[in-house]
Amino acid sequence: MFLKCSLFVEKERRVKANSREYNDKFLYADNRIKTSKYNIFTFLPVNLFEQFQRVANAYFVVLLILQLIPEISSLSWFTTIVPLVMVLVITAVKDATDDYFRHKSDQQVNNRKSQVLIRGSLQKEKWMNVRVGDIIKLENNQFVAADILLLCSSEPYGLCYIETAELDGETNLKARQALSVTSDLGDVSKLLNFDGKVICEPPNNKLDKFTGTLNWRGNKYSLDNGKMLLRGCILRNTEWCFGMVIFAGLQTKLMQNCGKTKFKRTTIDKLMNTLVLWIFAFLICMGVILATGNTIWETWIGRGFEMFLPWTKFQISTVFSGFLTFWSYIIILNTVVPISLYVSVEVLRLGHSFFINWDVKMHNRQTNTAAVARTTTLNEELGQVEFIFSDKTGTLTQNIMVFSKCSINGTIYGDVYDEFGHRMEITEKTACVDFSYNLLSDGAFKFYDNTLVEAVKQKDPAVQEFFRLLALCHTVMSEESEGKLVYQAQSPDEAALVTAARNFGFAFWARTPESITVCEMGQVVTYQLLAILDFNNTRKRMSVIVRDAQGRLRLYCKGADTIIFDLLDPSSTDLMHTTSEQLNEFAGEGLRTLALAYKDLDEEYCDVWMKKFLFVSAVLENREDQLAALYEEIERGMKLLGATAIEDKLQEGVPETISKLNLANIKIWVLTGDKQETAVNIGYSCNMLRDDMTDVFVVSGHTLTEVQQQLREAKERILSLSRVSDARNDEENDMFADDSVFEEAIITEYALVINGHSLAHALEPQLEIVFLDLACLCKTVICCRVTPMQKAQVVELVRKHKRAVTLAVGDGANDVSMIKTSHIGVGISGQEGMQAVLASDYSFAQFRYLQRLLLVHGRWSYFRMSNFLSYFFYKNFAFTLVHFWYGFFCGFSAQTVYDQWFITLFNIVYTSLPVLAMGLFDQDVNDQNSLRHPSLYKSGQNNLFFNKRQFFLCTVHGMTTSFLLFFIPYGAFSVMVKEDGSHSSDQQTFSITIATSLVIVVSVQIGLDTHYWTAVNHLFVWGSLAMYFAILFAMQSDGLFGVFSNIFSFVGAARNCLSEKSVWLVILLTTAVCIVPDLFVRSIRASLFPTQTDKVRQLQQSCKSQRPEEQNLRRARRTSSRRSAYAFSHQEGFGELITSGKNMRTSRVSSTCSYERTAPSSKWIENVIKRTNAVSCISFGSPNKQHQSLKQPDRLNC
Amino acid sequence: MKEEGNYANRPSNTAFTQQRLPAWQPMLSAGVVIPGFLLIGLAFIGIGVGLLITSRSIQVLELDYTGTETSSPCYQCTMSNQSNCVCKLSFSIGTLFKGPVFFYYGLTNYFQNQRKYGVSKDFNQLIGDVSYFKSPSSDCQPYQRVNGKPIVPCGAIANSMFNDTFKLYQIINGKEELVPFDGKGIAWWTDYNIKYRNPDYTPLKNAFNDTEKPVFWTKPAYELDTSDASNNGFINQDFLVWMRRAALPNFRKLYRRITEGNYKDGLPAGNYSLEISYNYPVISFEGTKKVTFSNVSWMGGQNEFLGIAYLVIGSMCVVMSVVMLIVYAKFRFPEED
Repeated sequence: MFLKCSLFVEKERRVKANSREYNDKFLYADNRIKTSKYNIFTFLPVNLFEQFQRVANAYFVVLLILQLIPEISSLSWFTTIVPLVMVLVITAVKDATDDYFRHKSDQQVNNRKSQVLIRGSLQKEKWMNVRVGDIIKLENNQFVAADILLLCSSEPYGLCYIETAELDGETNLKARQALSVTSDLGDVSKLLNFDGKVICEPPNNKLDKFTGTLNWRGNKYSLDNGKMLLRGCILRNTEWCFGMVIFAGLQTKLMQNCGKTKFKRTTIDKLMNTLVLWIFAFLICMGVILATGNTIWETWIGRGFEMFLPWTKFQISTVFSGFLTFWSYIIILNTVVPISLYVSVEVLRLGHSFFINWDVKMHNRQTNTAAVARTTTLNEELGQVEFIFSDKTGTLTQNIMVFSKCSINGTIYGDVYDEFGHRMEITEKTACVDFSYNLLSDGAFKFYDNTLVEAVKQKDPAVQEFFRLLALCHTVMSEESEGKLVYQAQSPDEAALVTAARNFGFAFWARTPESITVCEMGQVVTYQLLAILDFNNTRKRMSVIVRDAQGRLRLYCKGADTIIFDLLDPSSTDLMHTTSEQLNEFAGEGLRTLALAYKDLDEEYCDVWMKKFLFVSAVLENREDQLAALYEEIERGMKLLGATAIEDKLQEGVPETISKLNLANIKIWVLTGDKQETAVNIGYSCNMLRDDMTDVFVVSGHTLTEVQQQLREAKERILSLSRVSDARNDEENDMFADDSVFEEAIITEYALVINGHSLAHALEPQLEIVFLDLACLCKTVICCRVTPMQKAQVVELVRKHKRAVTLAVGDGANDVSMIKTSHIGVGISGQEGMQAVLASDYSFAQFRYLQRLLLVHGRWSYFRMSNFLSYFFYKNFAFTLVHFWYGFFCGFSAQTVYDQWFITLFNIVYTSLPVLAMGLFDQDVNDQNSLRHPSLYKSGQNNLFFNKRQFFLCTVHGMTTSFLLFFIPYGAFSVMVKEDGSHSSDQQTFSITIATSLVIVVSVQIGLDTHYWTAVNHLFVWGSLAMYFAILFAMQSDGLFGVFSNIFSFVGAARNCLSEKSVWLVILLTTAVCIVPDLFVRSIRASLFPTQTDKVRQLQQSCKSQRPEEQNLRRARRTSSRRSAYAFSHQEGFGELITSGKNMRTSRVSSTCSYERTAPSSKWIENVIKRTNAVSCISFGSPNKQHQSLKQPDRLNC
Repeated sequence: MKEEGNYANRPSNTAFTQQRLPAWQPMLSAGVVIPGFLLIGLAFIGIGVGLLITSRSIQVLELDYTGTETSSPCYQCTMSNQSNCVCKLSFSIGTLFKGPVFFYYGLTNYFQNQRKYGVSKDFNQLIGDVSYFKSPSSDCQPYQRVNGKPIVPCGAIANSMFNDTFKLYQIINGKEELVPFDGKGIAWWTDYNIKYRNPDYTPLKNAFNDTEKPVFWTKPAYELDTSDASNNGFINQDFLVWMRRAALPNFRKLYRRITEGNYKDGLPAGNYSLEISYNYPVISFEGTKKVTFSNVSWMGGQNEFLGIAYLVIGSMCVVMSVVMLIVYAKFRFPEED
């Protein structure tokens, strides 16, 4: 059965509603989600199996087996098994905890409740028990549990709204509509009898595509994506809806999109693996050399020495003896491949992760979230990032639009001046305008300029008209929720504008397809809505034609200034010039601007136009163009009212962070699902795009060749310009004389903006290299309108062709693929969705923490890890190669220099803690200076601290040390005599002398490598030395020998040896000889070739006394003249929905026919308005009555 | 209250978690390194000079008696099948050889540090555990059993025990006067008292019932020194000295001290004759055999290597400090930002 299931490849899916028996035949996945790896029973075998798949662990098992063969066993088995078991246990514990948390999160998701139609009634069921074919009920603001086919909803025409932020990051609402045949099933009894059968595509990861058919009552209905609610969406603005589960659990589009979690490895990991292989090869080389030596020795000397040491029966020939020796030496020298390396690295990374989790400076107070290192194995990679791929919405921006300024009839409102007439910076402390006089005001709205309120109160006609326009010209829907007026806008910009109008006394109240009701300064006014001239990308404006209570006809228009200015009446020219300048000013502050205009229409003209409009609306061919022309006709000759400036609120500290990261040589690419206009605008406001950039290339071709050409042209332009600039710099010219242009040679800055459909072409194999080259030549790259998959492809492209570390940061489910593809994924937490965070390696609340994560934690991690590895390899080489040298003097017999216990304990007890302390606590430069000097980060990107060269150096250093460690005692010992005259050149004394020297030398060396001596470092370094001597004497004590005489054969050796002055003289000499040259090289290097780090350290030391004051990086005001266009993030088509009335409640649409049904809602409005009127009339006159109004049992938000 | 709530997930703000632990941040500054090197250099030169002077004051006399050269008095002993061969080595001492004088035998090209040689013994036998007398450890192969009987002490090390014996005569007026040798306490205290123990049998011989002596030995272990029970069996000093394996293929081991009688203050000038009973074969593996007379100082025996090494390192340090001084003077650390 199971086998059948796995072999079964789904070609199409057949689902029958309400029929589990039918659906069970197909073995569709249920709605349970499993991301965990083990359960209690499988943990041990599976985990062990996984661990032994690691080369290092397998290697040690092989060693262990070798050690059990008596003929070649040169070391006791415990020297390997003790560290191996420790390593295995530590790793297993870590894996177990990781998996435990996965189980917990799985369980949390699986146990969410949803309402399922089972056995004739709605029942609460856990998500995991929902099956394909079930009919489930969703309520407002609930997550959709699986991919379901919408059957019916509380809204008319089976419409419902969903927010797809989890899927594609867009927070605007999307409408979904059920098939008309099913839309009236909104009743449990009807649904129970629903037995439609859906035949559709098999599970796939295409979020925007669905094909299938519904067979019901003998008819076939085709299904598309517009009828599907996908798992991860949230139902909005819809009381309830019913749907039929088509895909469940792992087969949902969301889960299919998540992709397999790749096991991420860091660059250092890979390097480490290579190095371990090299070491392995080196080990074999040594083995071969020594084995050959053994063969020769046995031939020339051993044969003669047979008198005292006869060959055993195994020793058939000298060659065979060499062969055995080879294995013996592999065992002895195994410590060059350090077993504790991997586990120590894991421990370090875990420690670094904790430091990230503990960082108070990455804790966000607003959302109360701390940074979390969800993956503990990537920390040092944070110090090597070269590319950052960032999402826009929710990551760079807060996705909050704020009405911050406006220009009305040539006057700017929105700035605050102090008593001297200087403009003041608006901060949290600035007093904001009190809107409490207005009962309908939204408390969250903040405005700082009181003059505008005064202007409204004084009934300045231009100001009034301005806000009237904002209240009328939009596609926002209103509704009452908990006694408050709530707007449902499809884009946050519109919401901001309408809310502004509301607060200033022109509250949009309600709409029907034919009317708009506005509460103007406390009075309810209903406008007849004649037409909505909808927005689209080419028009970049929208208009409404309304008839006011007096019967006057007026057209209100808002749109991109460039477009509106062309359509203005000549009488507005003067105003246009003033406004234009003001718009420049707004744009300079990074605000999104819109121009507002109106036009009085006369009745006849309008009649004629309306007729044309109706006619054209019915035309089938070329309707779009004809409509556009018609719209433009009536929009000509408008009068300018003013302009609005909306701030797309950036997350805190984004521009500063971006400039810091830029200084650290990190390239930031913005990948957003948003529109080009929006994306570019944000690019400007967070300093990624600047006016002083030489060129901003926009690639927006629709075909492959177009895109190719645009890319080529852009590239050629850069190349030609840089050649020109090259030619100017004569000195540098020689270096870059040849045709190839180095990235560094490009002095001028470029930016590239590419949109989704062009990107699709640019990512095709024949263009991807061109695209990548161009993108890397540019300082900033912005990709807009990209799908989640494209995000991943872009990241993959860079990963593949640039040997650079990539980091992706995002907050929504649409960023999951990119987060998973990149080397490091960062999720912005604290927002609604958790998908990105769950997929990420690191999560925190704000984009700005990225600089601390990379420049402080990342850099430290990389620095520590590099030093750790260098030291580790050095230490093991110094330790192990002594055996190699000794081989030449002991007949290549695989005799160890050290005591077996020393070999067992050296790496895990005597020398592990100091290097761990260094790896955990060391800092070359403190965090403030790391942030202040972002260029320090470059050493990580260029991989300067640990690379093959560095590895080579530290192994040579280790080898030299081992050489000296062996040959100095060798020189001294050949004639060494104790003070009492007895010989002291015995094996054990020799061994202890070398071991003691080794421990001291590596301790001094770690002391030199430690830059930051905390108490822990002191404790560990001195403690380890003390531990060495304590264990040494304990192991060689009479007592232990009495118990296990076989194992502790070194009894008394330490006492006899370390009581000798000459032995200490040898140790002192060895230590000095090993350390002094290194010390010399270090100090010479520091003075002749000081690195950036050295300089900053010097600086840090010298100004230690002065407390570093907080840096005040103020956001530089742009002096740009660039203007953002109509950058609404909404789609066209909503106008039509409104005028057709489809998205209105049945009650409201049919208000004329069945007045009774609308009564409640109308009454609510009227009641409030009555009250509002009463109060506002008073309050307008006397503000001190405000309190009274507040005391009223009013459910409205005052 | 609300503010407090927002701190709920805030990590604790301690020096440890925030990586702000107070720390010493040493830097290799010129002010420390140059004087440091100079001091180390001078100290090492001082030690080196001291060592060298001490070492030079030590008298050493080394005599090779392998007998490979035909002129050597022991040449005839190297010939085949000579058992109980005795040869005499004559030498003279010009000045007083200050006492106490130590007498060593030395072997070269002898691999006591060979792994298989090194493991070839049975610890349990040597601490006097009689149960292992019957079944010696397999490590002792091929000296585990002979003629089916277990060997005690088994193994290659014990088997190959050095068995040349020496007698030193001073020739005074043509007469040979025996120089008394002191063989007590030439082994480590721990070896004598702890590591090696005889089985609790009196007479010792009983413990060795049904065992064989090592193949090369002329007498069993319980007859190594029949005159002195505390020097017999496994705690025989010569045996202990031999069992403490040398680290390097060229080594010497203490044989006797000369501390008694007329020779308490050393060997006076004069002619001496060393009577060697030549038993130990080394020719087959191109080894040599030596005897050495030496006295010791505070730092042990003569050891030129240490003194010279200290001098070299010391002067290197001084040179380095000068180099660094020049470097620092020429390239000042750039003080710019």
